[in-house]
Amino acid sequence: MYLYDKYDQAMVDARVAEFRDQTRRRLEGHLSEEAFRPLRLQNGLYLQLHAYMLRVAIPYGTLSGAQMRLLGDIADKYDRGYGHFTTRQNIQYNWIKLEETPDILADLAKVEMHAIQTSGNCIRNISSDQYAGAAADELIDPRPYAELLRQWSSFHPEFLTLPRKFKICVIASETDRAAMRLHDIGIRIVRNSAGEIGAAFYVGGGMGRTPMIAPLIREFVPLDQLITYSEACLRVYNSHGRRDNKYKARIKILVHEMGAAEYTRQVEAEFAHLLTQGIEPPLAELERISAHFIDPAFVAGAPEIDLSNPAFAKWVAANTAQHKHPGYAIVNISLKPLPSDGKQGIPGDATADQIRVMADLARDHSFDECRVTHAQNIVLPHVQRADLFAVWQKLVAADLATPNLDEITDIIACPGLDYCSLANARSIPVAQKITARFAETGAALGELKLKISGCINACGHHHAGHIGILGVDRKGTENYQLLLGGSEGADVSLGQITGPGFDEDGIVGAIERATEVYTAHKQGGERFLDTYRRIGMSPFKEAIYG
Amino acid sequence: MKIVTANDLRSGAVVWWDGQGWSLHVDAAVDAGDTADAVIATEQAAQRVVSAYVVDAARDGAEVRPTHIKERVRALGPTCRLDLSLKPADPAAGNWVI
Repeated sequence: MYLYDKYDQAMVDARVAEFRDQTRRRLEGHLSEEAFRPLRLQNGLYLQLHAYMLRVAIPYGTLSGAQMRLLGDIADKYDRGYGHFTTRQNIQYNWIKLEETPDILADLAKVEMHAIQTSGNCIRNISSDQYAGAAADELIDPRPYAELLRQWSSFHPEFLTLPRKFKICVIASETDRAAMRLHDIGIRIVRNSAGEIGAAFYVGGGMGRTPMIAPLIREFVPLDQLITYSEACLRVYNSHGRRDNKYKARIKILVHEMGAAEYTRQVEAEFAHLLTQGIEPPLAELERISAHFIDPAFVAGAPEIDLSNPAFAKWVAANTAQHKHPGYAIVNISLKPLPSDGKQGIPGDATADQIRVMADLARDHSFDECRVTHAQNIVLPHVQRADLFAVWQKLVAADLATPNLDEITDIIACPGLDYCSLANARSIPVAQKITARFAETGAALGELKLKISGCINACGHHHAGHIGILGVDRKGTENYQLLLGGSEGADVSLGQITGPGFDEDGIVGAIERATEVYTAHKQGGERFLDTYRRIGMSPFKEAIYG
Repeated sequence: MKIVTANDLRSGAVVWWDGQGWSLHVDAAVDAGDTADAVIATEQAAQRVVSAYVVDAARDGAEVRPTHIKERVRALGPTCRLDLSLKPADPAAGNWVI
C-alpha cells in the first residue's frame, strides 16, 4: 500500500501544527466560533448532537495493520471505546473533546493519516473497490489511480471552495462494489477495442434529496490524461455550479439542468485547452505510486480446505470471496452482529478491542492490509485459504464472525437521530429491530441489501437499497418511508417509494410482508431485487398496505 | 416554557441554562422567557458555549421535557447506547425520548 513521501508527511505535519495553534487561540478566546467553525470543519471536526465528532479519512478504504491499530487506540484514549465505520470508507468518533483534537491529529500523522477534507465543499476522500488488488474479476488494481487523484485533490487551490462537496470513486471491475455511478464522478478503468487500458467517466451521480445515476460522458480517457480530464470536469462544475442554493449546488443538478450533452461539450473544450497546459503529473510520479501497489508475495497453496465444521463452512460460504490467486480468499468481516444475550449491535460500530483484533489479523494473515467497505464492513483482502479456519476462530472470539454478508441483516445505517444533528429520525433502533426479526430467517432470503437513512441526505444510501428506508419527521414524530428496487451495483437503479410511511414497529412489519411476497413469487435463483423487477411494485404494495 | 441549550466549548457536551450557569441535566433548565436572547448573547460572548439556541419544553413536576424528539435525544444521549447516556442504569430511559 502507499507510503507517504517527505512531501506528504510535511503537508500533514504542517496542518497538525496549524490546527493546534488555531485550537489554542479558540480556547483562549482569540477566535470566535464563527471564525473557527470553518477551520475545524476543514480538519474533519463537526459539532454533532452530543459532542464533537471527528471524521478520519481512510483513502480508498485501505489501511495497514498499524493504522487500524491506532484507530482502536484513539477510540480508547480519546473517545468512549468504539468507532463508527462509515459509508464513505472512513471512520468517525462520536465523543471527541476540542482540546484533545490536535493530539489526535498528531497521533494520526505518525501513521500517515489525517482528517483533512473530510468536510466542506471540497473533493472528499477518494473511494474505491474494497476488493481492489485482490478481486478475481478486476482488470487492474485501481488504487494507484485513486492515490494519484488523492494527491491531485489534496489542497488543490482551485477546488477547496467548490459550490458543494464532491465525491469521486474509482473501480476496475465490471462488478461494481463501490456504488460508482452514485458519485459526483465515477471512474471505471476499462479496456478498449484496441486492447488499451483507459478510464470511462460517469459524471453527475449522487444520492441525497435528488438522487441521480451518473450518465457516461466519455467512454475512454487514456490513463496518462486521467488528471487532466478530471480537472476539466471539475472546472466546468466550478464555473457553472449553483452557489445560490445549496440544495441545487451538487454537480448532478448542473449536469441534469445543463444536459449531459452540453456539459460534456464544455468538458471536452476545457480538456482540449488543458492538454496544451501540461498539467498531467509526470509518468514517473504514477510509476512511483504504482510501485506501492504491486502484488504481495503470494505463495502456492491448495485451494481446498476442511469444511467439516458447519459454522465455519457457513461463514466461508457467506463471508469470503474469490481471490485472484487460487490459494487465497478475500475475507469479509461483518460489523452487523445478530442479537446475542439480549445485546444488539450497531451497524458499522466496532469496539477498540475489536479494531485491534482486526489490525492483528491484517498484520498476521493479510500482508498487513485491511479495507473498509462502503457497506460498513471490514475486509482482509489476502488471506491464505489454509489460514481461514484460524482467522475464523479469532473472529468468533471477538464477536466478529457473523456470517451475513449482503443478507437482510447486513444493514447499512447512518448514525441517524441518535447522533446526527441533521437527522430527522433514528436509524439504528430500526436496524436493530429488523435484525432481530430476521436473525433466524434472513439467510434463507439470500442477497437482500437493506439500507436506512435518518434523513433526506441519504448517508445510509436508502435510494440504493433493494429495500430502502428513509426516516422523516412527521409533525414531530419519527416516520419511515419504504422504498423498493434500488441497487448500487452494476445493475444500478433507484428505489421507488411504496406509499405512506410507517412508525418504527410498522416499518418492520411492512418489510416482513415484502419478503413474503418475494418468497411467494421467487423463480429459480432470483434475488429479491430480480423478483421485484420482474413482477413490479403492485404485488408488494398490495401486501404491504393490504 | 422556553429553555436555552448549547454545547460546551471544550467538551462539546450538551448543556442547559439553569439560571446561574450551565447544567448537563435538562431537568435543571429554567424558563428563560424574555431573557433567552440576552443569555445567549452573554454566554456566547464569554466563549463558554457554542451553538446556543432556544427550545420549547414543558415542565411536569421536577421533570423538564423538550417538545421535539431531537432535543430529547440531545438531553438523554443516544437511545441505542443507553450505557453512554445520562441514565446508564435505567434500561427504560429510551422510552422518555419516544
